[in-house]
Amino acid sequence: MHPPASAHRPFAARSLDWLRENLFSTPANALITLLTLALLLWAGSSFVSWAVLHAVWGRADVATCNALFGQGACWAVIADKWRHMLFGIYPQGEQWRSALAVVIFCAIIVLSAMRAFWHVWRLLALWLSGSLLCAWLLAGGFALTPVPTALWGGLPITLMLAVFGTLFAFPLGILLALGRRSALPIVRAASIVYIELVRGVPLITVLFMASIMFALFLPEGVSFDKLLRAQVAIVLFNAAYIAEIVRAGLQALPRGQYEAADALGLGYWQTQLLVILPQALKITIPAQVNSFIDNFKDTSLVIIVSIFDFLYAVRQAVISDLDWRHYFVEGYLFAMAVYWLFCYAMSHYSQWLEKHLSRDHRL
Amino acid sequence: MDPTAAHVIPPNAEEIIRIEGLNKWFGDFQVLRNISLSVRRGERIVICGPSGSGKSTLIRCLNRLETHQSGTVIVDGIKLNDSLKNIEAIRNDIGMVFQHFNLFPHLTVLENCTLAPIWVRKQPRATAEATAMKFLERVRITDQAHKYPGQLSGGQQQRVAIARALCMAPRIMLFDEPTSALDPEMVKEVLETMVSLARDGMTMLCVTHEMGFARAVADRVIFMDEGEIVEQAPPEIFFSQARSERTRQFLDQILDH
Amino acid sequence: MWSSERFRNIVYQIALLSLVGALIGYAAYNLVHNLESRAIAIGFSYLGQEAGFDVSETLIDYEPTHSYARAFVVGLLNTLFVSAVAIVAASVLGLVVGIGRLSPNWLLRKLAGAYVESVRNVPLILQLLLWYGVLTELLPPVAEAIVLGSAFLSQRGISLPWPTPHAGWWAALLGLFLAVLFAFLWARAVRRRRERAGRAPAVLWPSLAAGVVLPLAGWAVFGAPSELSTPAMTGFGFEGGKTVSPEFIALFLGLSVYTAAFIAEIVRGGILSVSRGQSDAAEALGLSRGQRLRLVILPQALRVMIPPLTSQYLNLTKNSSLAVAIGYPDLVSISNTTLNQTGQAIEAITLMMAVYLAVSLAISGLMNWYNHRVRLVER
Repeated sequence: MHPPASAHRPFAARSLDWLRENLFSTPANALITLLTLALLLWAGSSFVSWAVLHAVWGRADVATCNALFGQGACWAVIADKWRHMLFGIYPQGEQWRSALAVVIFCAIIVLSAMRAFWHVWRLLALWLSGSLLCAWLLAGGFALTPVPTALWGGLPITLMLAVFGTLFAFPLGILLALGRRSALPIVRAASIVYIELVRGVPLITVLFMASIMFALFLPEGVSFDKLLRAQVAIVLFNAAYIAEIVRAGLQALPRGQYEAADALGLGYWQTQLLVILPQALKITIPAQVNSFIDNFKDTSLVIIVSIFDFLYAVRQAVISDLDWRHYFVEGYLFAMAVYWLFCYAMSHYSQWLEKHLSRDHRL
Repeated sequence: MDPTAAHVIPPNAEEIIRIEGLNKWFGDFQVLRNISLSVRRGERIVICGPSGSGKSTLIRCLNRLETHQSGTVIVDGIKLNDSLKNIEAIRNDIGMVFQHFNLFPHLTVLENCTLAPIWVRKQPRATAEATAMKFLERVRITDQAHKYPGQLSGGQQQRVAIARALCMAPRIMLFDEPTSALDPEMVKEVLETMVSLARDGMTMLCVTHEMGFARAVADRVIFMDEGEIVEQAPPEIFFSQARSERTRQFLDQILDH
Repeated sequence: MWSSERFRNIVYQIALLSLVGALIGYAAYNLVHNLESRAIAIGFSYLGQEAGFDVSETLIDYEPTHSYARAFVVGLLNTLFVSAVAIVAASVLGLVVGIGRLSPNWLLRKLAGAYVESVRNVPLILQLLLWYGVLTELLPPVAEAIVLGSAFLSQRGISLPWPTPHAGWWAALLGLFLAVLFAFLWARAVRRRRERAGRAPAVLWPSLAAGVVLPLAGWAVFGAPSELSTPAMTGFGFEGGKTVSPEFIALFLGLSVYTAAFIAEIVRGGILSVSRGQSDAAEALGLSRGQRLRLVILPQALRVMIPPLTSQYLNLTKNSSLAVAIGYPDLVSISNTTLNQTGQAIEAITLMMAVYLAVSLAISGLMNWYNHRVRLVER
């Protein structure tokens, strides 16, 4: 190893040093580097050649794409069908409402990340008002032409399922967490049964249960909107996971907090609302963010019960069109890119949060 | 702490550690500057200095927990370089005690002490355990032999750490701030153990702030600052007639508690 | 009386019970009424009826004339099989990638990191659809199957020659089992020897040797069968041999690759959780790199890794239910077909949920027991 004579060596020399240390420090290391590079070049070049070099970009007709099938990606399918993929069968003239709803949902998520909103009432106001606004935009009524839920689809649905799915699951989750720690045996038993039952089964079974069984539990003639059924299923599912996260937060609080509240004469609900929950929820923020990311990814499962979310829209857009149906790979890659963007941004934020929250003792 | 009888190192005691022109960088930051040091067998050396002066790094270089970029280090006649054989041989001769004990939490006290003799020296378990019990008795902790480190106090853990190092029969013991992480009431038991070790003739290099220990036991006190050895002298001279201004400033700060 | 806390607690609980009871009662009333008007019976007797549908891949014998119960078992076995195989593959891949993320080689580190970040942030169902879509697009129809020796690659999947059932193969399997047993006993004997005498023979090579020799011996002794059933093209499929369907391959690859990304993070977290001081102390004592890893770092890392690893294994098992999206006949898929045919939605869904619940509780119970057994003892 050579000591650096000074920090201001020429760039070329420092780069060589870096290469030597990180890639070629031992013979084994050098071998790994070379093998990995070879693999990357081989796989990467074929992919780049398909996806970029020989691909059809921008608008083009099917014939052009068919001619290059297998050699070049047909991104024209996205240029042709992007409306379909993003908004489903929502009436074209009203799609600006869908787009606006997407923007507002994203705004809710982004604003929640800012410290200025980390107070219960502000967060609640943000989520409730944003959700109501989006619901009105999508459904219509009052100043906007009504659009039936059967026509809703695409990205706004995915976001709606995720945002509503968390908003309504939260209070239920908190109740379940408190119930699980309650001294009352029946309350505790009921909470445990609910949480363990829901956490032990796949989301698909809960979706099936909602879409097939709910109708049977209601009096004849009363029917439930399909989208609403899926939404309820997602809320019930998320509540159990949120409950476990909140429970971890409650357990992390020192007993002294409860004792101090008791000593001050606060009752059970006052203690929970004013002292315990605010702290417990703050402690678990990174875990909640991760849970939201999982929740966001899970909304894609509704494709199995034929709910028109973003994934369903992408698939429909490509497969239902006889001409373009071979280009589903490009469609899926587009969907992957969108999901990845959302999830990566959120997970990056979550990692940043964890680092900052552990350093920052005063929240 | 009882002052020991005046400790005299036999004049023909061999040189057991020789460091010449040692330099070490962490990236662009030079943490050791041109260190030269000679230690004879049986000598007890205390190294002190402000934090960041490089004292821990210096002793960690001796058993290759840190690597040096230039200069020579010779331990017990073996040159310290990249050769694995040399490193192994040197580590055989050196025992180390850490500030945070670093006992293995998944093993009992006894197993902590017998791990290396069994796996490195290939000793039968019975022999290793006998040696371990001997040293556990030396540090006066035999009744905890079958407990786990998590069940012991800090002072007890550090004494076990000392026994663990001794089980490998080292000729040199390195102590890296052994009492800094202890509650005040436990510092005494560990220092007493170290003093008795010194009395038995062990060569010791000790990084510490405990000046009472230095006065009682050290043959030489070394003051390091900003990676250099600023001053070294026997304790009587070091504490009362320090030559360098930096040394005097440092002594002012720590002796004034 | 109202001010007595105990009295209030009892009142609350009775109120909760009544509320839940009322809800259940109302739902049950509607349920019975609705089912009656559709002339659907309540109860599990439908399980004895003839199923009437075929299942594309089964681990046990199954004909459409078999009962719904047997079809259910077929689905259950398929789920368990694909989950078990995917758990093993995901663990191995996750371990490799996790260690790769800690490699001193920059390229390897970044590559492993890119893999984890790209796979973790895309929904599993989308990855499954992509795997399956690509496989079906790339694989040629049966008539133009790619021939590799006596194996075929086609839209039906990979068709391999497979040994015909013979005592020799069962003996080989027995030999493998005996080899594992031998490995355990040998390791124990070696450990005793080392404790007594210090030096001891190796464990790995004799065990590997046994793993090869014993099955071979069993195979040879019982007739050394070498007859293979080779696949032969017949119209739209293959007769003979063993065919691994693209549905299974897609599900296996999708589940393994997805879960491995999470396992890689768990492995990395586990190894990082062991403080530097532990490996310093082990180094200072003279332990070699391999000994440090085996005796000091991994035992501690494993304790940290087990709870999140359990939860990933559970997730994988639950995620196998996504098979219904690509047509692999797992438990959910077969239950879905059953309830569509018989209308016995409640029973089918309840049965499905009960099975998953049982598997979840079994796996977590096992892991909790193991976790408790190896926990670090503290004051």
